[in-house]
Amino acid sequence: VIYLDNAATSWPKPPEVARAMGHFLDEVGANPGRSAHRLSIAAGRIVDDAREVLAQLLNAPDPLRIVFGANGTEAINLALRGLLRTGDHVVTSGIEHNAVMRPLRALERVGVSITVVPCDPEGRLAVADVEAALLPTTKLIAITHASNVMGTLTPVSEIGALARRHDLLLLVDAAATAGCHPIDVTHDAIDLLAFTGHKALHGPMGTGGLVIGDRVSIGQLAPLKFGGTGSHSDSEEQPTFLPDAYESGTPNAVGLAGLDAGVRWVMQQGLGALRARLVATTQRLSDGLRMIPGVTVYGPPRAEERCSALSFNINGLAPSEVGLQLDDAHGILARVGLHCAPGAHRTLGTFPDGTVRFAPGPFLSAEDIERALAAVAAVAREARS
Amino acid sequence: MKGTECVILFFTSNHAIRAEKLLGRAQLPCRLTPVPRHLSSDCGVCVRIDCGDRDAAERLLAAQRVEFEATHPVA
Repeated sequence: VIYLDNAATSWPKPPEVARAMGHFLDEVGANPGRSAHRLSIAAGRIVDDAREVLAQLLNAPDPLRIVFGANGTEAINLALRGLLRTGDHVVTSGIEHNAVMRPLRALERVGVSITVVPCDPEGRLAVADVEAALLPTTKLIAITHASNVMGTLTPVSEIGALARRHDLLLLVDAAATAGCHPIDVTHDAIDLLAFTGHKALHGPMGTGGLVIGDRVSIGQLAPLKFGGTGSHSDSEEQPTFLPDAYESGTPNAVGLAGLDAGVRWVMQQGLGALRARLVATTQRLSDGLRMIPGVTVYGPPRAEERCSALSFNINGLAPSEVGLQLDDAHGILARVGLHCAPGAHRTLGTFPDGTVRFAPGPFLSAEDIERALAAVAAVAREARS
Repeated sequence: MKGTECVILFFTSNHAIRAEKLLGRAQLPCRLTPVPRHLSSDCGVCVRIDCGDRDAAERLLAAQRVEFEATHPVA
């Protein structure tokens, strides 16, 4: 098969990831931070290694301000529900994933107000439009780093500067970019960065987290969950130090062992090299698809403006039908439909049917790309006949 | 380690493990051990250092923003 669904989860993983997880299960196994014996300490060191390498990758000054959770969605929920209170206003974009929109809509019911800034038809967000949406009650700007539907990157760095100028906080959803596009939380003035471990960071599912900047105090950010942390066990109150304040319950240490290995693999490859390869692959896919009669490609034509996700449709065929034919007849695995981002599809004009999404990963060969293009051409030809 | 030993107590083993790593990288001999019973802390592990390194260790942890509860000589 040719796996083109890396925006849903990356696959295959670097072999180091399964090795690290196997090592954890076979040789370490203990609960980190819960006991003082050697295996618990070994598990704790692995979790700390993962924090440290992520801090390095994202240029976060303090690894202890990275809190782990089940996925990017949980991290976004912690940021939004932890921070926003009745009367607060939040500005977001028109291409957000439901991981951002659903918590925001739920908060709207308790008196948080939301402004959704529309993007252009290729998904570009204008900083001036974000600035125009600010109100005296605005507390937070919450935006994705890149659309998971058509891949368009948002101007995070400029929005970070804007947020600082207006003394607002910035939350960035980096699910689509962490591990395949440079992120610098310090330089880009990102106060809260939500990441998932199982996409371009190449870890397993069930890992993710939130980078909490210095401008966000623990008192300001309420925990999503409360419970045992292995620390301050004499008290029935939640600890107020990081990362424990937000890491109740046994962590997914075996998953974090895999995430640690995945991030190290990314660092070893070099983010610049990975990004360059991805831009070349995406450009070839995008150019090739645009040349096929009957195919509409969405999003910016220049791959530099996008991350891995690429959306298209074939005239006269429902996306689900295209996906089925690609899988059945050609062994090409894509994701079709609305990709949990109805706003992005309204932006493209592809709501409610959606699109077919190709999301290449680093293990794809040039030959795979040509075979995928030939397969789309064959499906499109059949649709015309 | 020679000399008198000191233990640095932390609020959480997350901090103790970070501290051990950072002190080790700075060539300050240290090891993670269970917290001695008579000292109050519940995170389970503490970092043992040579008391002669106490100031250097505390300065390093403060600079690296690793919180610690207290440092005690081990009787």
